Amino acid sequence: MAAVHDDHGHAHGHDHGHDEHEHHGPPSGFMRWATTTNHKDIGTMYLWFSFTMFLTGGVMALMIRAELFQPGMQLVEPEFFNQLTSMHGLIMVFGAIMPAFVGFANWQVPLMIGAPDMAFARMNNWSFWLLPPAALLLMGSFLAPGGAPAGGWTFYPPLSVQMGMGMDMMIFAVHILGASSIMGSINIITTIINMRAPGMSLMKMPLFVWTWLITAYLLVLVMPVLAGTVTMLLTDRHFGTSFFNAAGGGDPVMFQHIFWFFGHPEVYIMILPAFGIVSEIIPTFARKPLFGYSSMVYATASIAILSCIVWAHHMFTVGMPATAQLFFMYATMLIAIPTGVKVFNWTATMWRGSMTFETPMLFSIGFIFLFTIGGFSGVICALVPVDIQVQETYYVIAHFHYVLVSGALFGIFGGTYYWLPKWTGHMYDESLGKLHFWMSFLFFNVTFFVQHFLGLAGMPRRVPDYALQFADFNMISSIGAFGFGFSQLIFLYVIVKCIRGGEKAPSKPWEGSTTLEWELPSPLPYHTWATPPVVK
Amino acid sequence: MSQESSHTADTYYVPEPSTYPLTGSIAIFFLGFGAAFSLNAVPYAQGLLAIGFAILFYMIFMWFRTVARESEAGKFNAQVDLSFRWGMSWFIFTEVMFFAAFFGALYYMRVLSVPWLGDLEHKILWPDFTGGWPTAGPGVQENFTPMGPWGLPAINTALLLTSGVTCTWAHWALKLNKRGQLNLSLFLTIALGIIFLACQIYEYGHAYSDLNLKMTSGAYGSTFYMLTGFHGFHVTCGTIMLITILCRCLSGHFTPEHHFGFEGVAWYWHFVDVVWLGLFIFVYLL
Repeated sequence: MAAVHDDHGHAHGHDHGHDEHEHHGPPSGFMRWATTTNHKDIGTMYLWFSFTMFLTGGVMALMIRAELFQPGMQLVEPEFFNQLTSMHGLIMVFGAIMPAFVGFANWQVPLMIGAPDMAFARMNNWSFWLLPPAALLLMGSFLAPGGAPAGGWTFYPPLSVQMGMGMDMMIFAVHILGASSIMGSINIITTIINMRAPGMSLMKMPLFVWTWLITAYLLVLVMPVLAGTVTMLLTDRHFGTSFFNAAGGGDPVMFQHIFWFFGHPEVYIMILPAFGIVSEIIPTFARKPLFGYSSMVYATASIAILSCIVWAHHMFTVGMPATAQLFFMYATMLIAIPTGVKVFNWTATMWRGSMTFETPMLFSIGFIFLFTIGGFSGVICALVPVDIQVQETYYVIAHFHYVLVSGALFGIFGGTYYWLPKWTGHMYDESLGKLHFWMSFLFFNVTFFVQHFLGLAGMPRRVPDYALQFADFNMISSIGAFGFGFSQLIFLYVIVKCIRGGEKAPSKPWEGSTTLEWELPSPLPYHTWATPPVVK
Repeated sequence: MSQESSHTADTYYVPEPSTYPLTGSIAIFFLGFGAAFSLNAVPYAQGLLAIGFAILFYMIFMWFRTVARESEAGKFNAQVDLSFRWGMSWFIFTEVMFFAAFFGALYYMRVLSVPWLGDLEHKILWPDFTGGWPTAGPGVQENFTPMGPWGLPAINTALLLTSGVTCTWAHWALKLNKRGQLNLSLFLTIALGIIFLACQIYEYGHAYSDLNLKMTSGAYGSTFYMLTGFHGFHVTCGTIMLITILCRCLSGHFTPEHHFGFEGVAWYWHFVDVVWLGLFIFVYLL
């Protein structure tokens, strides 16, 4: 891909600088961030918001693990424990992982397709600024009478119909987060469809852009359904409707169907952009083009389509006809095929490449190993007879943390290290980055691998106390969790250090990289691609 | 249209920094807390709601006024225009999915959960319940009369379909630059929308006082009010949008070539029209 570009950027933004002194530059201080229409500023805000929420949700996870360090009731009340597990899930899903990927999309999509900014730059800012009020509502629910939502992050009725005001605050938070996601995804779709540089056909787009395009389609498909679900919950709670009340002809199971119609595509919304990031990193550090580019695109699309017809595998024990169980079991197992294509292609990209193992590559390889374990345990959970055994046990917890932590989160870590030199103009501290990876990799497995054993032995999830035979593995898991949690402070330190200074990054710090953003100077000018490049 | 449109013809318009998004978020902050608090009878919560709505309406008014002025200043080239089209299309798609959740709930209750509640397994719990439709469910002891389709609902259908025709007439007039016809047909569309809303309000009053059909009337009442209520809310929004467009037309905005503001609202109006047809068939008729 060759590109012609000019230096149209009037404001050479000094890394994440505070003062811009140009006459046409943005306002300074807080108002710069509050009023910005610049995709890079907005991406930065998304990423910092996400990191803040990641630490918040992480503290909740550590409180959970501290309570579970030993059997018996140690630190928190059972009611508060339930609030912690519910809020940990909600905050990590809606506050940490999703905004992080939108942050990546904001930074990278315009750069990678040669667009001057996002299609709706002003609305883009609103998508971000909807997040703080939603986060305040969510966190504020801890102070409400009755406390925060405690019915699990999936807030099934009848528990969620019976709870106190905290549930209402959560419902409105979900409405706001949904509105933010919908605006963000419409923006991303429009940008990718309408603002590609001349010559960049769809099948020349970097894979990260492809995965985000497909993710955005999933978002516009399912986020409104979630909004409808919580609206029905709200009217059931306050206006006497009977959607989830069998006495009125409704059905609590209907909530689960509608919720998981959103919820299953949602987990792919959280993993597909990570696939995209890894698909950028691996070719760069293997110094080979991505193996099977078009099959990667088709596999991503297949995963997205299949993800919409598998939702009831979350509900095998709730009661449904055997034919439905079989359908959802086979449909779920089908997803292993396109996912297998992806894992094969990543591995084949590395095959006989001249590989180096900088931090982004380490996270990507760690991603492939651990995500594949999560994928395998997913196939195991998809089998109805097995799922009936492991439903609501720590096996499921282990499964989805292998997918979401070593999948989505490792993708986010890898992508951050990969693009930090471009964003800040400085190289990050490679040894500290590697330390962050090895600590995360080690402690992640210490935390979650043993949870497979706990689950198979029958330890239920969402309990603050447990039988004595689970004590050893729980202690190991808790030690791992604290190790993992504190390792993330290394990440924070590396980022702050990189923003504040360090070795100057060249415009193309990774010699194997091929996408458009590496043709631009590091750090990036405040405005880029004012004149689009021509892609050949 | 302004004459300076040429200088932006080749660059994509990226707006200057703006305070509207943050203003909107402050409004949402008040609305979120205000709504949660008022539902739980926290004192002064309605005040928060009122502040929130005031800020939100101010923000929406100012934001759209800015966009209209940018449009009239010729800042939107063909590529920006196409962005608006994609954006509006996907927005309407999300609205379709929002209604799909409620239609899905209606389908689930009518076809699955209500018949299940009336089957043999449930005879012990509710021996008298047969699982027919319409129903308030086995445990709700209220008799109501369902809303028949051939009174007001049929008139409402005619009203909305006619408004779809007048809306298309307006578009046709705009393309031929017949401004008098444009204003007249837009006015008619708005009038039909308002008459529709008035009929809906009357129908709700009739349902509550004469038919004993309430939100608390089990499955039927829940789906009836949720679907018609959200549709009515969308018609209200659409009517406000049409009034905005009429005001812009009266101020001489839009040209036969350049009028996406009009078209976006027309698409939205046709969307609420189509949703109504779905409602008429699945809520009233069947």
